[in-house]
Amino acid sequence: MSKPEFVYTTYIKSTPEKVWEAIVNPEFAAQYWGGLGIVSDLKKGSKWRLVDTKDESIVKCIGEVVESTPPERLTLTWADPSNEADVSRVTFEIGLSGDLVRLDVIHGDFKPGSDMLEKISGGWPLVLSSLKSLLETGKSIDVLSVKGGSCGSSQPLKEAKAG
Amino acid sequence: MVTDEENVFKALADKSRRQLLDQLREKNGLSLGELCEGHDMSRQAVTKHLVLLEAANLVVAVKRGREKLHYLNPVPINDIYMRWIGKFEQDRVQTLHNLKEALKENDHE
Repeated sequence: MSKPEFVYTTYIKSTPEKVWEAIVNPEFAAQYWGGLGIVSDLKKGSKWRLVDTKDESIVKCIGEVVESTPPERLTLTWADPSNEADVSRVTFEIGLSGDLVRLDVIHGDFKPGSDMLEKISGGWPLVLSSLKSLLETGKSIDVLSVKGGSCGSSQPLKEAKAG
Repeated sequence: MVTDEENVFKALADKSRRQLLDQLREKNGLSLGELCEGHDMSRQAVTKHLVLLEAANLVVAVKRGREKLHYLNPVPINDIYMRWIGKFEQDRVQTLHNLKEALKENDHE
């Protein structure tokens, strides 16, 4: 694996099991991920989709499960369904740091000239802040649905592609 | 403690540390050596600043072989942003920001 392009980290007052559940349970994820959630059986080699949980025909992101080790590590290949060749790789790492949970999101292995790079910068920090807020206070910050929310991005896909 | 908001503000209050963050915004995943290039801070000074930036969780260091690579982590800044800017203000704040940026660009022409 080439060196990652992005490493995002947040510390959450929670347990690794709850953080894992927050990532893989689409109904829970929808609360902080602007209505989106990951749908998959999470077996190695299985497909996964990031969908609008109210209408699963709206697919924002797709890929395959590379590794799934609850509640420590989930690695996915990551692509926009309209451009499947532009695939990258996302790893969620969950660990303990004192009495806090440390969650790392590592996004890398981009294809040369990938436009995913542009799409995701700005997206993950929003998702992680919202996740932290929901787990710690029970309140999510529903900023993502305002912006449309796409493949790890805070902007609608058509806007992210323009220019 | 790593989550302490005080640490974030303290880390951001220094121009050299903001410059290091700018450098990582430009090119993410730099080694200490690469971070030392391009300005006249000593290696020790950069190391000291990085310790504070890491404590504030604004920089995340990843070990890669013998090297440590440094990544800009804007999540704590986003946490602060979300604390004071709500769902309904966001678009208006963004509009003002865009206006300001557009005016700045016009100035340069």
